[in-house]
Amino acid sequence: MTQVKMTVNGKAASGEVEGRTLLVHFLRDDLELTGTHVGCDTSQCGACVVHVNGNAVKACTMFAVEADGAEVETIEGQAAEDGTLNTIQQAFQDHHGLQCGFCTPGMVMSAAALLKDNPKPSEAEVRHYLDGNICRCTGYHNIVKAIMAASGQDVSALAAE
Amino acid sequence: MPKDIEPERGIGASSKRREDVRFLTGTGRYTDDINLRRQTHVFFLRSDVAHGRLTGVDTSAAEDMPGVLKIFTGADFAEIGGMPCGWQITDKHGQPMQEPKHPVLAHEKVRHVGEPIAAVVAETLAQARDAAEAIVVDIDELPAVVNMKDAVKEGAPKVHDDLTSNLCYDWGFVEENKAAVNKAFEEAAHVTTLELVNNRLVANPMEPRVAIGDYNRADGEHTLYTTSQNPHVIRLLMGAFVLGIPEHKLRVVAPDVGGGFGTKIFHYQEEAFCTFAAKAVGRPVKWTSSRSEAFMSDAHGRDHVTKIELALDADNNFTALRTDTYANMGAYLSTFAPSVPTWLHGTLMAGNYKTPLIYVNVKAVFTNTVPVDAYRGAGRPEATYQLERLIDKAAHELKVDPIKLRRQNFVTEFPYATPVAVEYDTGDYNATMDKLEEIADHAGFEARRKESEAKGKLRGFGVNCYIEACGIAPSNLVGQLGARAGLYESATVRVNATGGLVVMTGSHSHGQGHETSFAQVVADMIGIDENMVEIVHGDTSKVPMGMGTYGSRSLAVGGSAMVRATEKVIAKAKKIASHLLEASEGDIELKDGAFSVAGTDKSVAWGDVTLAAYVPHNYPLEEIEPGLEETAFYDPSNFTYPAGAYACEVELDPETGHVSIERFTAADDFGNVVNPMIVTGQVHGGLAQGIGQALLENCAYDEDGQLLSASYMDYAMPRASDLPFYDVDHSCQTPCTHNPLGVKGCGEAGAIGSPPAVVNAVLDAMRSGGKDVGHIDMPVSPARVWEAMNG
Repeated sequence: MTQVKMTVNGKAASGEVEGRTLLVHFLRDDLELTGTHVGCDTSQCGACVVHVNGNAVKACTMFAVEADGAEVETIEGQAAEDGTLNTIQQAFQDHHGLQCGFCTPGMVMSAAALLKDNPKPSEAEVRHYLDGNICRCTGYHNIVKAIMAASGQDVSALAAE
Repeated sequence: MPKDIEPERGIGASSKRREDVRFLTGTGRYTDDINLRRQTHVFFLRSDVAHGRLTGVDTSAAEDMPGVLKIFTGADFAEIGGMPCGWQITDKHGQPMQEPKHPVLAHEKVRHVGEPIAAVVAETLAQARDAAEAIVVDIDELPAVVNMKDAVKEGAPKVHDDLTSNLCYDWGFVEENKAAVNKAFEEAAHVTTLELVNNRLVANPMEPRVAIGDYNRADGEHTLYTTSQNPHVIRLLMGAFVLGIPEHKLRVVAPDVGGGFGTKIFHYQEEAFCTFAAKAVGRPVKWTSSRSEAFMSDAHGRDHVTKIELALDADNNFTALRTDTYANMGAYLSTFAPSVPTWLHGTLMAGNYKTPLIYVNVKAVFTNTVPVDAYRGAGRPEATYQLERLIDKAAHELKVDPIKLRRQNFVTEFPYATPVAVEYDTGDYNATMDKLEEIADHAGFEARRKESEAKGKLRGFGVNCYIEACGIAPSNLVGQLGARAGLYESATVRVNATGGLVVMTGSHSHGQGHETSFAQVVADMIGIDENMVEIVHGDTSKVPMGMGTYGSRSLAVGGSAMVRATEKVIAKAKKIASHLLEASEGDIELKDGAFSVAGTDKSVAWGDVTLAAYVPHNYPLEEIEPGLEETAFYDPSNFTYPAGAYACEVELDPETGHVSIERFTAADDFGNVVNPMIVTGQVHGGLAQGIGQALLENCAYDEDGQLLSASYMDYAMPRASDLPFYDVDHSCQTPCTHNPLGVKGCGEAGAIGSPPAVVNAVLDAMRSGGKDVGHIDMPVSPARVWEAMNG
């Protein structure tokens, strides 16, 4: 067992892990941050996306020991202290960008990473960026719309509905 | 409904979903988020061969591995009931289907890759997995049957030694019509024939299945936490038929569930195992499926091979339809598997058309593959795909416009009794087709085709109609058809003293937004704020009874039960109000959350009446009991029949065979709509799954029964870049005539209605490039298109 220490959502966190413990399992099982989900075992679905030192990372593709000393952000750290949703979270609710909610934490964390690098992405850029995040419920329409809306773009005329 | 005429709240409003807040902040509570004190973990060792005799399972080395608590094999379950099947089909000779035993853990034989052979319970999942590797399994491999037509040949290897063959049933529908149908074909002016495959799919809700068993020695109560669409059904099936636990000693909880799409309806071995093992081990037992396990243990969907024929007269009227389908059951009968290719498929073969004579034959076949059962649409996508591909083929053979041929044969008068046992209560298929042609800009297609051609691409336009029977269903009818359960729904409406309500519904929400839309209905009926209504679901200890969510039945059946219970609450509240207002009960009106006496300014607020019900100081105690809580069971008198018309426009690259969806338009009639935003979202998701089936998804086995597509590396899930923005309209509304809300199901329409439009569009594009191949099977992959174009 190895001792790991990291900062998660601005707070110090530590624990004892096996070498094979994945970051996602450390977050879920040791820190009880169960908002980060596991939807596959081949790093394809993106339900486990978190930010490590500011970069979007699939937490199922990184060992907990690799995140030793890192700054980690998860879905639990996105809303304000008083519960107010951040811009991306609010856009997802406003535009019905989620249904069952299982892929949603990964979608929100990926969207945040996209908008940091590309503040006004086109539809094609959003769709391309989301290639590593699978949603089975929404058909992506409202996710793409929500992310574009969160970037400040007018989405009212994107498609009839 | 156009946004500018939507109400701001209540029925018809696009209320934002209240459940979103917890999902967006990581505070949802899915089954895998639950960890019980002293919890253990189970890992299932699964068969890596498709068919074989299990001659030995040696667990001795594994038992000594670190952390191992107990190892179970098939022998431990030999005396325990097998997994039950909830629907019995009677074949065309009046005989019951062949129904094999389905053990919790494989015993004596393995029959598909992924079948659980042993279960290791250990302190941690990693320890359980490590120990499973030390189990020595001896299997004498047998030849596997994978192809359905080979499986029913004389001398084929048998999946089940004790059955007479691999044929589960041979179903004829309606058998008495067969001679008349055949005669109509002899007299036809034109006959169109099509052979096609409805590809096997995997539902793939993003949350893999999870089960946690817990046993309380103090009171003998078992609790199962599970990723289920219908916890009460699991309680009944597992309690009564597998483990012999009475329902009052068994609690089943399905908390937040991350998508279902049908595959979480069924009762699975892992649920029974964890419940059983928790008592045997004396500690909670948790199983979390990996995605790879999900591919080989979740029930699959579709997998039909069909020959279908349409007879037309000299004026292009449809005179008869005949189909011959092989339906894959897999190695065992999953919970509702036998009903899917029969009553959920044969009854839909009339489609939107007044074909007077129809005969459907279905042969259900056992193979050495994962069991197949309902997946979003279940039988109705298969029916729609056959029929709508066939009509398109007929139109091209006859050189008539495919839309015109459809319109000419539409059912236009309602109610309409089809020759396949169902009666459509209402609809307007020309209206949805008119709307489709308008919003799909059918008139502008040729100009868009020229633009594509200028880029060296081929463009195609494909259309189809669909009708589905959902909101299943009258219990007395389904009982006659072989269902071994009732299909009503229940709801309890509990009003608190201070006026807030808790609705306990037997429907289960796993993405559909019931917590919002159901609250809208009740709030609207009383005239109070939606936030005063709480929806409780997914726990058999909280909700009295429920048949669950599948077959687009939640609002049509569960919502109707809730309306009936709320009506009872209102009726009693009016009695209380009439006492408080000293007026006759018949003069009491409820509006905007207040009771008033008609024609006067006397009124009493909702909250005052509810308080009086629980503090009955001034109360008609001699006439009614205190309290305000009512339960209703609603059993529908018919299915609901949503219908619509869909159009797909594709661009095909003749160099690579790649097909892209440029436009997709859906015009649906769902009757009245409670929350347009949610309904639109349901259609979007269904379209993605239908387009996924048409272009991308395929569950593939090799001839030895090895599953070739068992991960997201091999099974092509639709991604954001594969799909367009959709144009979705549900302004054509013919309200259902027999449920109190006038609503029809909307959850499956998109998946039912979209595959034929895609394939019809691809064939149209190929024809425009000078290649008329008649048919191409799904998924329409670049390789298949390229081969068809260059073959």
